[in-house]
Amino acid sequence: MTIMTDPPKGAFRLSMLLNDTRYRSLTLQVIAAIVLALAIFYLANNVVSNLTRLGLNINFAFLGAPAGYDINQRLIEYTSQSTNLRAAFVGILNTLLVAFLACIMATIFGVLAGVLRLSNNWLVSKLMAFYVEIFRNIPVLIWILIIFGIMTVVLPGPRAFRGEDAEASMFLGISAFTNRGVYLPGPEFSRIFGETGILSAGIGWLVALAVLVGSFFGARTVNKRATRIQEATGVRPATMLTNLAIWFLPIIAFFIITGLSFEIPELKGFNFKGGIKVGAPLIAIWFALSIYTGAFIAENVRAGIQAVSKGQTEAAGALGIRPGRIMSLIVLPQAMRVIIPPLISQYLNITKNSSLAILVGYADVTATLGGITLNQTGRAIECIVLLMLFYLIISLSISAVVNVYNNTIKLKER
Amino acid sequence: MAEQAKMQVSDEVAISIQNMNKWYGTFHVLRDIDLTVQRGERIVICGPSGSGKSTLIRCINALEEHQKGSIEVDGTLLSSDLKNIDKIRSEVGMCFQHFNLFPHLSILENLTLAPIWVRKTPKKEAEELAMHYLEKVKIPDQANKYPGQLSGGQQQRVAIARSLCMQPRIMLFDEPTSALDPEMIKEVLDTMIELAEEGMTMLCDTHEMGFARQVANRVIFMDEGQIVEQNEPEEFFNNPQSPRTQLFLSQILGH
Repeated sequence: MTIMTDPPKGAFRLSMLLNDTRYRSLTLQVIAAIVLALAIFYLANNVVSNLTRLGLNINFAFLGAPAGYDINQRLIEYTSQSTNLRAAFVGILNTLLVAFLACIMATIFGVLAGVLRLSNNWLVSKLMAFYVEIFRNIPVLIWILIIFGIMTVVLPGPRAFRGEDAEASMFLGISAFTNRGVYLPGPEFSRIFGETGILSAGIGWLVALAVLVGSFFGARTVNKRATRIQEATGVRPATMLTNLAIWFLPIIAFFIITGLSFEIPELKGFNFKGGIKVGAPLIAIWFALSIYTGAFIAENVRAGIQAVSKGQTEAAGALGIRPGRIMSLIVLPQAMRVIIPPLISQYLNITKNSSLAILVGYADVTATLGGITLNQTGRAIECIVLLMLFYLIISLSISAVVNVYNNTIKLKER
Repeated sequence: MAEQAKMQVSDEVAISIQNMNKWYGTFHVLRDIDLTVQRGERIVICGPSGSGKSTLIRCINALEEHQKGSIEVDGTLLSSDLKNIDKIRSEVGMCFQHFNLFPHLSILENLTLAPIWVRKTPKKEAEELAMHYLEKVKIPDQANKYPGQLSGGQQQRVAIARSLCMQPRIMLFDEPTSALDPEMIKEVLDTMIELAEEGMTMLCDTHEMGFARQVANRVIFMDEGQIVEQNEPEEFFNNPQSPRTQLFLSQILGH
């Protein structure tokens, strides 16, 4: 026998703030907020009073002053007479460059290793397990040193390329692998964009990029058309050749029209001139971050694929669907939701770990703004605040972009 | 109805299993299985867990590999040849204990996936076919929902409809009601009975003895990887021959 009654409505007592579920969480939140506010006030007060005691002030004027140091690896014009702000920008671009390159390469390594680790081939899966365990269990700092060491010790200096019977020869006659970095043929547009310097070559590359974007939309149209035909007739037309043509013909035509030519690096004086130089520090940090983070991504990919229950593959197989299609139609769409969120963390790790570049003398933002500029101007607080802001903004941006992608592929279950 | 159902059994052989053996490592799961299924026959396989009944069913459409002996389905010999496996799988439908619907696809997409990609059916036709079978399992109104929004019984009926969309000549059921509560068991069994009445060749591994009595032409009892006894349901339940069968039946029918 149960009798339903209203809960007792006693008078409010002070102890209910802690014991009553209706008030308890609110009470705790108010207490936490007060403690937090006090802590912030204490720290801010501490900073201000210590700054006044030491006679320091916060001032960003130093950013406009000449930097007075050289940067060897740069994507934009820079001399030692340029401002500290410009030096910071050179560093920012270098950070973004290495982070971008390493994210792409780590993803490639990771996806390959993750998928291959699930292979039925004993040798392949064990090799991939070996790769993952070796690379993720040794600090990335040591990998950077090892790769930089290999580059600078094992590879010949530019001097070795000189003379009739030189000790070293150029790879295929067009690239030189030296202990200062790798010299590759530099592309140039001799017609239309040629002659007038770096800006017009830059425009040439932008147009080339636009052509590729056009190809992307062209290929998408072709694939959509294939889906339409499949929906109407049941048979999906072969799209691979058309896709290849759409991707490659326009860009090749563009290169021919604009007269793309390659400037081959040449040994002049003590060093190679011409072409593109990829410095040893950039290669070391790029490659080390890629293989190190790739090992983590491999585990994410493996976890994602294994998270899809075996029953899904079996059910699809029992319907007569072929293994390749099971992967693309059933397993991957479900695996992606497990793979993408931790992938964001790995991209953020790459971006932040790129600050280790200072170790091998790669001029990233930590090395310019947070290193030389800081030391020369003594503006430690300003530099560190700016540095923190930069990493925060860039990390949040990456996070936002991948989250948008994650939402588009998110598993809709209801 | 039982008489009528038995009339539909033809002499044509649907599945022929001869001297089939399977091992998991050193564990001998299936021993010398010989089984011939006529077209239109409805066979219920029962037995204690671990007796190999589920494995036997999964061998028929190559979800499990057998190591010795032969399996022939509709005249196609099951070998490691992918073409033969494809052919057999497209003629044999299967339902699983845990339904295994694709959670990222709507009910309609679950049903049209295989017709579109395997049978090369135009989308519109595939959707019409899917709606036809959804009506058959009495849930056409759920077509645009996702599997996660359906009850277990509804999900299993969708799974049956999904198999039927490939218009199989044989249906395999691997404990289709074991993950369901009693009310839902009935709705799934009703669907299966309807299917049986239409003359579908069925192999069902189940603990539902009422279903076996009502629908099966033959009940097979398995233990320790062997077929211990097989008989018509009347005989099987009323007059079991082997002591192992008697023990099993007394335990599951006793209360």
